[in-house]
This record gives sequence, structure tokens and C-alpha cells, in this order.
Amino acid sequence: MTEPLPAPVADQPVALVDLLDRVLAGGVVVTGEITLSIADVDLVHISLRTLLSSVSALQPND
Amino acid sequence: MTDDRGIWLYAITRREAADAGAGRTGVAGETSRTIAVGRLAAIVGDVPLAGFGEEALRRNFEDLDWLGAVARTHDAVVSAVGGPVVPIRLATVYRDDDRVRRVLEHRTTELERTLDRLTGRTEWGVKAFLDLARARGHEDSPSRRGAGTAYLARRRAERDARADSERLATEQTSKVHSRLAGLAAGARLHPLQSKALSGRSEQMVLNAAYLVDDDRARAFAEAVAACDEENTAIRVQLTGPWPPYSFSSWEEG
Repeated sequence: MTEPLPAPVADQPVALVDLLDRVLAGGVVVTGEITLSIADVDLVHISLRTLLSSVSALQPND
Repeated sequence: MTDDRGIWLYAITRREAADAGAGRTGVAGETSRTIAVGRLAAIVGDVPLAGFGEEALRRNFEDLDWLGAVARTHDAVVSAVGGPVVPIRLATVYRDDDRVRRVLEHRTTELERTLDRLTGRTEWGVKAFLDLARARGHEDSPSRRGAGTAYLARRRAERDARADSERLATEQTSKVHSRLAGLAAGARLHPLQSKALSGRSEQMVLNAAYLVDDDRARAFAEAVAACDEENTAIRVQLTGPWPPYSFSSWEEG
């Protein structure tokens, strides 16, 4: 990083939903010789269902 | 003999940048390490298949506490890498080191090309939410019910105002995205989060990621703040910096 990050942003806690957007749907998928065969569609589906049933309970209001 | 453990893949990077990703606490409480091939290295961790095998993962992904902790730990290891990094999607587990080495060998060209594209750049997130109150200039009317016709007329006016605000918000969102994409080396739209997911009462209208040159990071952040200021129908919010999750898949070209 060649310059300091904008401070208000750097101080914010990372929202789990934004992180899950990225770690579940982003990143490289290297299937080749993977030992597990969970399709990414499955992952997103499962996690969204989990989130929908749990997030509102965790974060009642903003 | 290694049937009871798997190799969790966190990230792939250049060999000289990999050391910072090693020695970190990983998703199973293990200590992360590197597997190097040529000029590339993978950051990996040894995880028990009892907790991270296919069956266990299916079960654990239903548990938001587990998923949240694993996602944050995975992200922390990826973020620790000291240089351009290709993050790996959550829950990528190999049988042994040799299979990871083969991935590095077979994918050398794409990996190096991706690392080149990411060098000196950072992912930033931008979310925008519809802001009806701001769009209408906060003319909050007391919620006293008048006579039937007056009430219906007011309801109709509110509905029309809402439609106008939404139209305006769509226009403004599209302008914001074009402006920010113009400052970035790459842009990608994520699916909009439902209200239940975002945890906010306002409707999300933009969920985007931008790959920004590091020497333009400040200008980009200022542009986001200006977009928030100038566009009355929406609230615009910057998140990040992120490892380049949204700009690492090879399929995107």
C-alpha cells in the first residue's frame, strides 16, 4: 500500500454479509483434484439459507 | 495414512510474498504454512476431515457462528500475505500436498497473469441504499388520519413520490457506478443483498466491487464520499480494503 488508507473505512468492522459475498462467491475456484465436491452453487445456497434464518436475529436493527 | 486430514487452501501468491501468510492461526486452529513450486507458493493449513470433510462442511455451513468464524479466519490468513494475492474460495480442501503442487504447476500461467493484474491494486466495495426520506427532503407529515378521501389522496401521493424516488435512485445509482468504474481498473457487481441479509431497513440498490490502483485509493474514496453527498435519492457507502476476492477468477478474462 503506497498511501495510508482512508481512516473511517479502515476502522469499520467488516460486516459478515459483505465478507460472505466475497469468500463464498469470489476467489479462485480450483476444482481439478479437489477432495471435496461441494458445488459453489450449493455453498451459496446453503449459506444464504443459513443467513436468512439467522442474520435478522443477530442484527435486529441498524 | 493421511485419510484423516485435508489441506485447506487459503491463497496463492508469489513465493517471495508468501512468508507473511505462514505461521498464522487457521480455520481449524492449525498453523498455516506454505507449499512452493517455482515462483509461486500456496498458503495452506492442515485440517481434520472430521470437521472439514464434505459431510462435516455441509453440516457446519448451516451454522452461522461456525461459518462466520471460518470466513473471518480464512480472510485473516489471506489478508496477512504481504503482496499481491489470489484468494481461494472458502472450503477448498485437497487430499495432500502433492495435489496442491500439481494445481500450482498446471495453473502457473493463469496464476501469474492474475497476480500481475492485481499488483499495486486493491479491491474496494461500494454499497448504495435507497434513501426515501432524503429523496423527499424529510417532509415528514404527522401520521394523523384525516377524512377517508384525504387519507387516500395522501396515500396515493406517497406512492407516487416513492415511485419517483425509486426512478431517481436507479438513475443516480447507474451514474455512480459509471463514475467509480471509470476510476478503477476493474468493476464487478455482486447480487443485491435482501433486507434480511443486509440487516438494514432500506432497499439496497448497488453492491459493487472495484479494483483500484493503490495510488488512486484516496481519490476513489473521495469520489465515493462525493457520490453520497451529491445524490439525494441514495446513500453510498465504501467498504474495504478487501483482498481481491472479486477479481481473482480466471473465467472473467
